[in-house]
Amino acid sequence: MNAGNQIGIRRRERKRLLVGLLFISPWLAGLLLFQLYPILSSFYYSLTEYSLFTPPEWVGAANYKELFDDPKVWLSLYNTLFMTIFGLFPHLAFALAIALLLNRNVKGQSIYRTIYFLPTLVPIVAATLLWMWLLNAQYGLINELAGRIGLPQPNWLLDPKWTKPALVLMGFWGTGTATIMYLAALQEVPRMYYEAAEIDGANAWQKFRQITLPAISPMTLFQVIMGIIGTLQLFTQGYVFAEGNGQAIGGPENSLLFYGVYLYQTAFSFLRMGYASAMAWLLFAVVFALTILVFKTSAKWVYYGGDR
Amino acid sequence: MNASPQSADAAAAPRSAARRRSGAARKAMSHLVLTLVGLLFLMPFVWLVLTSLKTDDEIFVVPVQWLPGAIQWENYTKAIHAIPYFRYMGNTIWIAALCVLGVVVIAPLVAYGFSKIDFKGRNGLFYIMLSTLMLPFQVTMIPIYVMFNKIDLTNSYWPIVLSSWFGTGLAYYIFLLRQFFLGIPHELTESAKIDGASELRIYAQIVLPLSKPALLTVGLFTFLGAWGDFQGPLIYLNDPDKWTLSIGLKQYIQENKVAWGQLMAASTIFTLPIVILYFFVQKKFIEGITITGLK
Repeated sequence: MNAGNQIGIRRRERKRLLVGLLFISPWLAGLLLFQLYPILSSFYYSLTEYSLFTPPEWVGAANYKELFDDPKVWLSLYNTLFMTIFGLFPHLAFALAIALLLNRNVKGQSIYRTIYFLPTLVPIVAATLLWMWLLNAQYGLINELAGRIGLPQPNWLLDPKWTKPALVLMGFWGTGTATIMYLAALQEVPRMYYEAAEIDGANAWQKFRQITLPAISPMTLFQVIMGIIGTLQLFTQGYVFAEGNGQAIGGPENSLLFYGVYLYQTAFSFLRMGYASAMAWLLFAVVFALTILVFKTSAKWVYYGGDR
Repeated sequence: MNASPQSADAAAAPRSAARRRSGAARKAMSHLVLTLVGLLFLMPFVWLVLTSLKTDDEIFVVPVQWLPGAIQWENYTKAIHAIPYFRYMGNTIWIAALCVLGVVVIAPLVAYGFSKIDFKGRNGLFYIMLSTLMLPFQVTMIPIYVMFNKIDLTNSYWPIVLSSWFGTGLAYYIFLLRQFFLGIPHELTESAKIDGASELRIYAQIVLPLSKPALLTVGLFTFLGAWGDFQGPLIYLNDPDKWTLSIGLKQYIQENKVAWGQLMAASTIFTLPIVILYFFVQKKFIEGITITGLK
């Protein structure tokens, strides 16, 4: 290879770099202005007292110290993790169950799929308000039906013990996206695995446990991670539930004060941008820690097929 | 034909018949469960529409009254007059349209760079992009608000629209389109390159026309996101004239009384366009979800 050729290659490489960067430049601009800059300034604000009207005032680590002594921070973190643990996992299990049924090639699959997917299309505020009406203790349809079959009829919206379970219940209605994803994953599982297991005399449970679950475990990992990130940012349902009841932010005894709700309140009602920024960093740390934890454990329960 | 395969067949026949029968029973069970749970899933929709057609006396009654006596269409007329409904709907459409327009221009450009141009550092940047998907909205929310506040753009649609064009959500659409572009045969773009076509030309004349279905999916999801968005408008829009439907719905809720009939009527109109859209482009929804989930 002669020198001229090499210069030519290098020139072409440089041109490709330039053109490539040009194509992705809108995203690069976004990265700088809507992510990197905000991350850095959020960290700076978290070390200040900042009301938006006067310039930020340096307070060092005071906001972070305050976080640890603020019972509302811990309460809201508890409320949020409650939704992650008692919401996310039952919802995923339910979505998988429905997907398994759909995957049996039942006739009218697309009709069922539509029925299960449709609720995810309802704008979240409309869906939340509709569920508040369904869950109305006195006139709601759910308590009426619960009464008929002898179930308790709790005051879903006003009893602090029941407000979060109410949101969990409502969440089942929105599991259509997870169902569709699981169905797609199930359809990718090679049929021959099942055929081989049948020859070995495996029963339905063994096939599910030994073949299906491991084969779809990458999808479960994806859903768990996205679900954790999603539930930790939970906002609209909690906010609307309280507001729709004519209650203050946080609802009955602050049982709906989710972390995202408290952070919003701190920033935009109390105008404490510095403290809210410190809260955001704690949230980031929790998201990060949980994600890492899930990834670390995933080596034990996630299986990737040979072609990956 | 000798005897042995026949006897094997004979032995296999009852077993496979039994399996077929148990298969049929399992399918019947699946239908039963899917239908029952499906009815529960449809119930809220039914209740939404039925409530929207009832009088207050029929709404607040124990035990519940399923069907309205006389259909109360006036809940709908009252609902759209009680609040500036069509102004809010117009605002919502306008924001959603701007979001869609920007995203379907920007996302494919970037996705092309990430899939069809092999430049140095591409993979590193791509992983950075993927990792931004883990960034909680709340971390960037305050500085972005402060930024728009400084240039006096709060209380306008710009923060919402620009955040959708350049914000964290964009990465999701870039990723989706990149997966689609990777599926376009390399030979197609390479041969054009050898013929001396510029990247921009290959992008505009080969890749984009082939990607209409994926672009439709991206447009659809952007629209859905903007249509139902609550937190963005809540933070940025103070002026009631600029409110969207998501924000405006709270006006049916008064201190100690909720106009449930009107609220359900308003919610029905709010939801209907999306449901109609779904029935037109059902496949796009399902594809959009499965592409991002699987790859």
